[in-house]
Amino acid sequence: MSAESVSADWLAARREVARDALSLGLAVGTYGISFGALATTAGLSVLQACALSVLTFTGGSQFALVGVLGAGGSGVSGTLTALLLGTRNTLYGLRIAPVLQVRGLRKAVAAHLVIDESTAMTIAQDSTAHDGRAARLAFWLTGVTIFVWWNTMTLVGAVGAAALGNPEDFGLDAAVGAAFLALVWPQLRVRGGWLVAAVAAAVALLLTPWLTPGLPVLVAGVVGVAAGLAVGPTED
Amino acid sequence: MIWAAVLATSVGSYLLKLGGLSVPGHVLERPLVRRIAILMPIALLVALAAVQTFASGMSVVLDARAAGLAFAVVALMLRANFLIVIFGAAALAAGVRALS
Repeated sequence: MSAESVSADWLAARREVARDALSLGLAVGTYGISFGALATTAGLSVLQACALSVLTFTGGSQFALVGVLGAGGSGVSGTLTALLLGTRNTLYGLRIAPVLQVRGLRKAVAAHLVIDESTAMTIAQDSTAHDGRAARLAFWLTGVTIFVWWNTMTLVGAVGAAALGNPEDFGLDAAVGAAFLALVWPQLRVRGGWLVAAVAAAVALLLTPWLTPGLPVLVAGVVGVAAGLAVGPTED
Repeated sequence: MIWAAVLATSVGSYLLKLGGLSVPGHVLERPLVRRIAILMPIALLVALAAVQTFASGMSVVLDARAAGLAFAVVALMLRANFLIVIFGAAALAAGVRALS
């Protein structure tokens, strides 16, 4: 294969990766509007909502923290719930580190962008094609696009909801539960997923009258996982 | 208090991400750890959805939020877009609340 055809090949691949990464990034980042709206509904200021999107930058954990705080839970149980959800990003990092090949400052920046969607886009590329350049481009472009758009939309949602007045008049409190359900929905297909879900929901509600808000969710997380581990072998 | 939680969550989340890029792969790539990592988000997110919908402080209640969640279930089964699920649930709950 001549140098020109390799290069033409790469240009075509690059265009395709860029198109996919940008459209996914814009679609996902738009959800930031719901995060911003729900965060201010839960009692966070616009600045706090935006700080979460800039600094935490992992949607599930952000929703979890504001959900627990909004329900009257303590900062500690909100943070613990958020961090338990964030542990999946550690596994994503393990998975894509060999492809990214980052060191030093680049690694420090890349780490912040390790989330569900950037990982999915990176894994979707053939890691051997074009010396891994397609996978790396997918990671960086998806991560940066989502970061910019997620934060912009968080600001829009937070300011918008703050201007609306009483959020319950608009049903925004009901939207929080819907958001969690939408986030978990695609994951329920895994083996034992529905059992874990049923146990976790039951435990959380049974404990609600007995424990301070925030704690039932943490206990339900642990019991739900234990139930899932009890029903089957650990191999997938 | 909220700022402390925001910053603690941010620092913790970043370290969890950085850890994944820094730790040798085989350390955490055991089947049990992988399985827990898959199941933990499911348990937490469903528990959060349940509490957000049916808890009011320390009581379990059935109110307009349940209608919102029911809408979300149907919309998700119909593979609706995330924003339609969220804002549709909000609109239905608001409607139920306005009528009751």
